[in-house]
Amino acid sequence: MWAELAVTAAKLLVVATVLLTCVPIMVWVERRGAAFIQDRLGPNRVGPMGLLQPVIDAVKLFFKEDLTPGGVNPILYTLAPMVSMFVALVTFIVIPFSADAGVEVFGVPLKGIHVAPDLGVGVLYLLAISSLGVYGIVLAGWSSNNKYSLLGGLRSSAQLLSYELSLTMSVLGVVLVSGTLNLQEVIGRQGPEIWKWHAVTQPIGFIVFLVAAFAETNRLPFDLAEAETELVAGYHVEYSSMRFASFFMSEYINIVTISALTVTLFLGGWQVPWLTATLSGWPLLLVSAGAFAAKVALLLWLFVWVRWSLPRFRYDQLMQLGWKGLLPLAALNLLIVGMAMGQGWL
Amino acid sequence: MTAQYIPVIMAFTFAAVVATTFVVASKLLGRGQLQPQRKLETYESGMPLLDASRKRVSVKFFVVAMVFIIFDLEVAFLFPVAVAARGLLAEGNAIVLFEVLAFLLILAIGYVYLWRAGAFDWARGGSKA
Repeated sequence: MWAELAVTAAKLLVVATVLLTCVPIMVWVERRGAAFIQDRLGPNRVGPMGLLQPVIDAVKLFFKEDLTPGGVNPILYTLAPMVSMFVALVTFIVIPFSADAGVEVFGVPLKGIHVAPDLGVGVLYLLAISSLGVYGIVLAGWSSNNKYSLLGGLRSSAQLLSYELSLTMSVLGVVLVSGTLNLQEVIGRQGPEIWKWHAVTQPIGFIVFLVAAFAETNRLPFDLAEAETELVAGYHVEYSSMRFASFFMSEYINIVTISALTVTLFLGGWQVPWLTATLSGWPLLLVSAGAFAAKVALLLWLFVWVRWSLPRFRYDQLMQLGWKGLLPLAALNLLIVGMAMGQGWL
Repeated sequence: MTAQYIPVIMAFTFAAVVATTFVVASKLLGRGQLQPQRKLETYESGMPLLDASRKRVSVKFFVVAMVFIIFDLEVAFLFPVAVAARGLLAEGNAIVLFEVLAFLLILAIGYVYLWRAGAFDWARGGSKA
């Protein structure tokens, strides 16, 4: 009993640490990637190739003035960044970051790098909790007593609601084929061959999910919530110090989480064709975790690439794409998948 | 059965501790507010504040919220069916899936109505729904 609890706690700490470490790396990739795309240098002074720049920035933010402007609602103003951070840090526990290789640690089965391997509601938990993130943004926008914040918070909530439908609908297609909500089993049903991955068998669902994922994480071309040129910085205009950094960090953690979810649902998870089927034990655990990390890294680069390549949508275009474009497409995908299953093709 | 939720409780505790630590640490480590009163005013791109910050909100946001609730409930209904579908097909109970199709058809009628009523049009003319 205690050994199992210790193993679960250790897994939680390891995964959360890796996730929090991903944030400065992502910031560095983002700034260097932007510099590369725009043909300039980017941060290159602190540490080799500027690698320590985000670390220095985080330390600096801890020591900055923690300003609470007049006219704000102090309780909600403090609570909002905490809500954002909380939501970002609890969603990842249902994602299997490696294979269940049958490895034992101190006589307890490890069940892969997967914090909650037995949770029956699986992907439903992730969708439910991550949609709570909108509270952080709306509370921040409203409590700041600022026009830009209020507009940013409102826009963001309407956007998140609209795209959540398409996101959930495209997940439904995968659930329909897998017949389970447990993500480790979803990966298992995809099989090691590439043509059995859901990105290949359900291309429409994959594209809808990817577009909705960009919108759900408030990334360009959907970053209407903080549109610098019109709303200055949107819902976190009035924030400074670590309370600002909480929003900033939770945004990047959410990007990593949604990339991991995309890999799990559509890109075969930790599987490598013809390789992972031949391994077992510790080698399988390490290879599968490495493969998962590589796939997530590719998707993270896609996030950066798209941000610095595409212009921002107008708000009416955004709502139209969500309601008139993605939602019918997601429903169409669901219908096709259902019919294919009825015919016994999937 | 409840044992599967132990990791969830652990994660909630961990996340709450980290989120609180960030805010409290910044309060303790950062320099206090020693700036003059002007700095506490609401930020409006350096201009003096013209009027109240919290104003009435466009009714379109409320339409989006209402429409969202309808469709989100629908998706929530579909999850149990999606999980059970393969088993139902294997047992030859395909009729259940046609019931789901009927459910979706009724929803599609509602969707078409909302589209025609202009609930999804943000820019031109405003919505009549």
